[in-house]
Amino acid sequence: MEIKKAAMAGTLESSDAQVTVEPGNGTIELSIESSVIHQFGKQIKATILETLNRLDVKDAKVTVVDKGALDCTLKARVECAVYRSNDITENLPWGGVIK
Amino acid sequence: MKNAVGRDIPEEVLQACGKRPYAGAYARDGEAYKKAAPVVRGYVNPKRSKLVSSIREALEKCGIRDGMVLSFHHHFRDGDYVVNMVLEEAAAMGVKDITICASSLGAAHDPVADLIEQGIVTGIQSSGVRGRIGEAISHGKLKTPAIIRSHGGRVRAIEEGDVHIDIAFIGAPTSDEYGNARGVGGKSDCGVLSYSMVDAKYADHVVVITDCLVPAPNFPPSISMVDVDYVCVVDEIGNPARIVSNVVRMTKDVRELMMADYCTRIIAGSPYFKDGFSFQTGAGGASLAVNSMLRPIMEEKQIHMGFAIGGITKPICDLLEAGLVRNIVDAQDFDLGAIESIKRNPNHYEISTSEYADPMNKGAFVNQLDFVILGALEVDVDFNVNVVTGSDGIVRGAPGGHPDTSAGSNCSIIVAPLVRGRIPTICDRVVTVVTPGETVDVIVTDYGIAINPRRQDLIDAYKDSGLPLKTIEELRDIAYSIVGRPEQIQFDDQVVGIIESRDGTILDVVRKIRPYSFEE
Repeated sequence: MEIKKAAMAGTLESSDAQVTVEPGNGTIELSIESSVIHQFGKQIKATILETLNRLDVKDAKVTVVDKGALDCTLKARVECAVYRSNDITENLPWGGVIK
Repeated sequence: MKNAVGRDIPEEVLQACGKRPYAGAYARDGEAYKKAAPVVRGYVNPKRSKLVSSIREALEKCGIRDGMVLSFHHHFRDGDYVVNMVLEEAAAMGVKDITICASSLGAAHDPVADLIEQGIVTGIQSSGVRGRIGEAISHGKLKTPAIIRSHGGRVRAIEEGDVHIDIAFIGAPTSDEYGNARGVGGKSDCGVLSYSMVDAKYADHVVVITDCLVPAPNFPPSISMVDVDYVCVVDEIGNPARIVSNVVRMTKDVRELMMADYCTRIIAGSPYFKDGFSFQTGAGGASLAVNSMLRPIMEEKQIHMGFAIGGITKPICDLLEAGLVRNIVDAQDFDLGAIESIKRNPNHYEISTSEYADPMNKGAFVNQLDFVILGALEVDVDFNVNVVTGSDGIVRGAPGGHPDTSAGSNCSIIVAPLVRGRIPTICDRVVTVVTPGETVDVIVTDYGIAINPRRQDLIDAYKDSGLPLKTIEELRDIAYSIVGRPEQIQFDDQVVGIIESRDGTILDVVRKIRPYSFEE
């Protein structure tokens, strides 16, 4: 999917993550800030990249401010932000690219 | 060299501090040693006064100079003014290279971090470190590694001469002109002065700092005039609102209540739950709730507690009033109810921290403990507990009496939620070993209870109890299934902290933190 405009999902509450996607410069540019980065940095990064890949996002600037979210939460926030950037809020492909 | 909890203690650390690696919780049993002694200046001339007009005068009369060790107690907790007051004055006098030997340091002492940056404070020896001081330590700002000791371990270190205190500053709610000091009365009431008793006996110079001078004799004293060189009266030694809590919160959190229920059933179902049993709780939500949950069981079975010990709060004092607890032996007060109780109830006694927990005296209360309920940041599959370093590797906690009570008691119970946010409490390997697994008996979590396999007797005792017993590995697996498997925290090689076992051997080291890198 193409990132058509800046969009955001999630909050800065404990155990949540705030994900922002913006149109990129030809690649995935990922920045991660996390309260649990020392123990889960690599897992957070892998989960975000895997989710973007599944959504076929190849060109985006992605900013994650994580407050100790579980992987399922991270995935949901990335998916939501990407769909919002395409103004898709209904008839979402549950069980398809959204897992 | 690997020690008995499998931690690699660098040879240069052992040499620098002249210590042996940890060899087991009871390895030094019966070992002989000669006690340290202070240099004392006699007080022969009856015309001389001990009163000094300022902290500066006290420092001058004690011969303050670079490199000295200054000691403090933490009975004023987050309301303490004494540490900052003394260090500011020493800094203003141009003194450098100070080592602080405190029973604990807390949120009130953030300004010390600036003195560390400036090289005025270069050593920290404490049973607890929080806030900016912890960050300064973990960023390697001290000249020498910080030494973290349990409450009992601190007394031992002073009595064995591992640390020699040049000047002890003892903040006291009341004192007379000769330095008979008490923990009660005045406007900064803290109940007891247990932590400072060893300082008074072993420091070369002893200064009592008070904001309430009372007529002599201020008896019975916690700190006796025979050990005090100077008495300094200041406007305020602390903020009473932060010294004690008005009311200790009784938890309504259903998860904490469930864990408290498990703890209560562990205690009530154990072979040690009989008339005359002894008990220590902390001030944590679940462990406080156990107090009130035990009460109906004690009433029904007509079982009385022989003594309650530790950091004292109102709920345990209520049991004393009700006759269900026969004695309280008190080394620290957490709330107003506890302070009122020690003033009024003749069976509520002030004890020294040596009597509480010193492993190398001739017998401390912790050795007579049946049950203790403790917290944990992390517990690993060997039952080792970390209460000092956070999930980011930064020093921010306090062993307090954790290793002492765990080693001394018949049944030590650790209560903690299985996960906190994304951080698993039960893990493969704790960042820092503070309480060795061989002294830890039961782990209570919201997902089940693990009993240390070293305690087959306890495993048998709860076989048909209906409690959700699991192995520690099962608890870890549940935690990891929720949050994922954590990475090891990345550290630099530099050792910035030493975790001393209560017997003075080296249990673990804390290394300088490194900014997180996604690369290996």
